[in-house]
Amino acid sequence: MRILESYLKSYFIVKTKRPVNLDIGTIKLPITSYVSILHRVSGVVLFLAVALMLWVLDMSLASKQSFQSLKECLSSPIAQFVIWAALAALAYHVVAGIRHLIMDLGVGEDSFETGRRSAWLVVVVAVAVIISLAGWIFLW
Amino acid sequence: MVSSVTSLGRSGLSDWLVQRVSALVMTAYIFFMVGYFVINPSPSFEQWQALHGSLAMRIFSLLTILSIAAHAWIGMWCVLTDYITVRLIGPKATPIRMFLQLAMIALILLYVVWAIDILWGI
Ligand code: HEM
Ligand code: HEM
Repeated sequence: MRILESYLKSYFIVKTKRPVNLDIGTIKLPITSYVSILHRVSGVVLFLAVALMLWVLDMSLASKQSFQSLKECLSSPIAQFVIWAALAALAYHVVAGIRHLIMDLGVGEDSFETGRRSAWLVVVVAVAVIISLAGWIFLW
Repeated sequence: MVSSVTSLGRSGLSDWLVQRVSALVMTAYIFFMVGYFVINPSPSFEQWQALHGSLAMRIFSLLTILSIAAHAWIGMWCVLTDYITVRLIGPKATPIRMFLQLAMIALILLYVVWAIDILWGI
């Protein structure tokens, strides 16, 4: 048993500690990179989500009947989830976009450290807004 | 200066400006709508229709959809020309990218026409 155990240990544990070329698990990108990539991803998602928003706007305004059936539909958890996901992408894109606009004015780009701090601020504010959206959509 | 033939503005600088101005218009619209729902979380159909039927709101909504169109036109161009390239996906990249750009432009036009139809059909 001990032999088996130590074999398994060396097979599964020690081997994973051997040197690795291009170890993508430990190459760490700075937070600013993630904030920037997510801004791009959320922009592409939003481009498609505009269809959803227009459809909802259309149904909410077309007639009293369609307004009513939209309201009914939005009581289903699946529909709520889709709306929440779209608004989450929008919220993230706007929060990160506002950071962009502020940095374009020359504020907060004096050092990598301030850039990193404002990137963290984007994450914190976006998460707070997205959680509030969940509360509003699912609980209320 | 790098000129961007397929892009909306005639230069990177005007693209940059359009991207910022459109972002500000959309942000104003978003804050307005959030404010509206904070004040009136569950509008009746009549209230909702009256809001969007007013001329001021129609113009605001129209400016917003035009901003979305311009912003997406430039933003999606940036993304497509970054990733659908010969270096990343081979010689077919150019026709694929042009197809995606045309599909994207078609979708943008559809959005604008649809939005105008909604707003002026109230
Ligand atoms: C945001 C996009 C939408 C999504 C993801 C969505 C999704 C869904 C889902 C999953 C259901 C099944 C609900 C259930 O049976 O529990 C449903 C039902 C329904 N949807 Fe939608 N929907 C959307 C938008 C709309 C719109 C714009 C209308 C038009 C007014 C609409 C009208 C309806 C109606 C009338 C039902 C049946 C309602 C019921 O049985 O309670 N939906 N939708
Ligand atoms: C439905 C609406 C929107 C769509 C479809 C959209 C889409 C996009 C796309 C695809 C990009 C290009 C991303 C990149 O090159 O990395 C972008 C960039 C940008 N977006 Fe949006 N966006 C929308 C709304 C907004 C809003 C409301 C703001 C407000 C703050 C905003 C701010 C920005 C900024 C500042 C950039 C430029 C980033 C850069 O120069 O790298 N966007 N958007």
